[in-house]
Amino acid sequence: MIVFRGGTVVDYESDTLDILDVFVEKGKIAKLARNDQFPAEGDFEIIDITGLHVMPGFIDLHSHLREPGYEWKEDIESGTKAAAAGGFTSVVCMANTDPVNDNPEITRYIIEKARKKGLVKVFPVASITHKLEGKELTDFGELLESGAIALSDDGKPVMNSLIMMRAMDYSKMFDALLILHEEDAGLSEGGCMNEGDTSAVMGLTGVPAVSEEIMISRDILLAEYTGARIHIAHLSTKRGIDLIRDAKKRGIRVTAETAPHYLTLTEREVLGYNTKAKMNPPLRKEDDRKALLEAIQDGTIDCVATDHAPHEELVKSCEFEEAANGIIGFQTAFPLLLEALEGGSDNIKTLVKLLSYKPALLLNIDAGSIQEKKSADLAIVDVNARYTFTEDMILSKSKNSPFIGWKMRGKVKMTVVNGKIVYRDNQVNDS
Amino acid sequence: MIESLRGKDLLGIKEMERDEIELILETAKSMEEIMSRDIKKVPSLRGKTVVNLFFEPSTRTRTSFEIAGKRLSADVINFTSTASSVKKGETLLDTARNIEAMKPDILVIRHSASGAPYFLSRKMNVSIVNAGDGKHEHPTQGLLDIYTLRKMRGSLEGAEVLILGDVLHSRVARSDIPALKKLGARVTVCGPSTLIPRWWQSLGVEATWDLDEAIRGKDIVIVLRIQLERMQSSYFPSIREYVKYFGLNRERFAKAREDAIIMHPGPVNRGWEISDELVDCEKSVVLQQVESGVAVRMAVLYLLSAVKEKTAL
Repeated sequence: MIVFRGGTVVDYESDTLDILDVFVEKGKIAKLARNDQFPAEGDFEIIDITGLHVMPGFIDLHSHLREPGYEWKEDIESGTKAAAAGGFTSVVCMANTDPVNDNPEITRYIIEKARKKGLVKVFPVASITHKLEGKELTDFGELLESGAIALSDDGKPVMNSLIMMRAMDYSKMFDALLILHEEDAGLSEGGCMNEGDTSAVMGLTGVPAVSEEIMISRDILLAEYTGARIHIAHLSTKRGIDLIRDAKKRGIRVTAETAPHYLTLTEREVLGYNTKAKMNPPLRKEDDRKALLEAIQDGTIDCVATDHAPHEELVKSCEFEEAANGIIGFQTAFPLLLEALEGGSDNIKTLVKLLSYKPALLLNIDAGSIQEKKSADLAIVDVNARYTFTEDMILSKSKNSPFIGWKMRGKVKMTVVNGKIVYRDNQVNDS
Repeated sequence: MIESLRGKDLLGIKEMERDEIELILETAKSMEEIMSRDIKKVPSLRGKTVVNLFFEPSTRTRTSFEIAGKRLSADVINFTSTASSVKKGETLLDTARNIEAMKPDILVIRHSASGAPYFLSRKMNVSIVNAGDGKHEHPTQGLLDIYTLRKMRGSLEGAEVLILGDVLHSRVARSDIPALKKLGARVTVCGPSTLIPRWWQSLGVEATWDLDEAIRGKDIVIVLRIQLERMQSSYFPSIREYVKYFGLNRERFAKAREDAIIMHPGPVNRGWEISDELVDCEKSVVLQQVESGVAVRMAVLYLLSAVKEKTAL
């Protein structure tokens, strides 16, 4: 038995923010006890975490582990190491691998590889359509039975509304979660940054906010019509938030995530043709950023996911319009979200809701809260640690982060998966 | 008057100080004098190498830079994408670094991607001149336009300028606008509502799609070239309709000030964005622009080769 002693347990589900000792046995949380109730005797290893916070391990609803097919960018081993260092105990990986995760073989391959090489739990998402082409549905049932956690054509929209409606209708009999990348391919064509005054001055073709909003709008209407369960990926615009807020009021089964970079950066980051700030959806305007901050406080946005998208230097070291989209995010999510929530009431609990509780609820997995008999998946963090984020801290194979050099507050000290310490004080434990 | 440019590169007008612009214009005057001589060549850049690195087809700009370099006695080498390793999949940076390894003094770059010379500038020590990057800037065009205007009419302080046509995709507009504004002119842009950026205010201009109204009292009309591909991607329905609303003709031009000047960066589509007769009329300075182009580019090459500090900003 391991006892994490003296830390402050933060749990959203049970509304806990209290100094409690966490007893871990056989991969589960055996007991939570007040310090004065500590047993005098027993066979346990004590780990003193006085001054630190114990949170349910973070769950990333949106990442790209790049395996199979793009192992030079990232693989399950390197990706889950970086995830562990970021406090993530579960990661959901998108289907845009090569080959695409559109058949049970690939799903099983990812699960098997993760079992052997993964440091944290890996939940593969299968694609909605074959090869992400938006034309023919994949075998939802078989994919889900093989272990796919949800369905998504992430990286590409399903442009054909009929195919989208079929996907929604068909998903209902499995109560599967459809994670939707919202973008109108026509409106986004050739775009490489947010359309606005900055793109006008820089002479770059823009992706207008309305490209995202029009598809959110379509899919809310389809979800209302079909009764399917949809989740809007990487929400980035103010009007998109309004659409979701309104849909939730009307009882439509829609949830949403945003990413830490949309809460901390704006399109100005692109000035100077900075490819490290190039992503899809693009960084938007200050008004959008502020609206996203409000939406994570008022609950319109259910979770924060990284959209961890590793890319090698080569595809970022080129003409801006040619550069690959995306940034890595596992190791910066926690401090960035902590900063984004600063000043809000109950900000630590809100953080746990966004990074742990809600993602577990959406995925329906045994995680996301610290309670007896639950899996011992923990992120033990120092909310006061101050440091500069440097490239040598990055455990991903790729280093494409716009946050290198940023002064951060909040550091993950220890990550525990099924009771095993997989990361501790800057060291991964992959034994 | 300052004595030299501040940076090793000429990337865009937007980030230039007015005194640097004035220095280039002043230097171009001396260059123009050289061009009027019987022997149009001076030894200023003898032993220097200028490489024209063109990733997009261009004859006039490339020729202009080539003549400018040769008149200053530089060795000028042309490298165009069609005759290069670009098609074999080499990256832009590798191509540029390979050229840099041959120790040129100045790279003149044209590229279809906005920002390409900015990207290279950060990675390389050689001086870089932007000869047009995508839809972003074409700074020597901006400089030659204001040089031509200064020569024709003196000060630009308070001058009313109309830029007509496809502003959305125009690097000429994105260099002309800051160049004109830095010298005190006021700029209005006019064109089909699809080809005026939605965020035109950010360019510091007025915008309208009513040409007959916009042209009233203007001192200068800069006509931009229409590209057929814009029609193919539905920015406007037909040349016929474009000409009807935005073609500059004698009748419309009569509403401008009596002494108004017509400019066009070329190549001209006669009868489309501008009527055939107006191209050649006495108010048109199209050929003077080309002439100024050589003088201004000589000035730019001359001044950049004199910049001592060759490190990136």
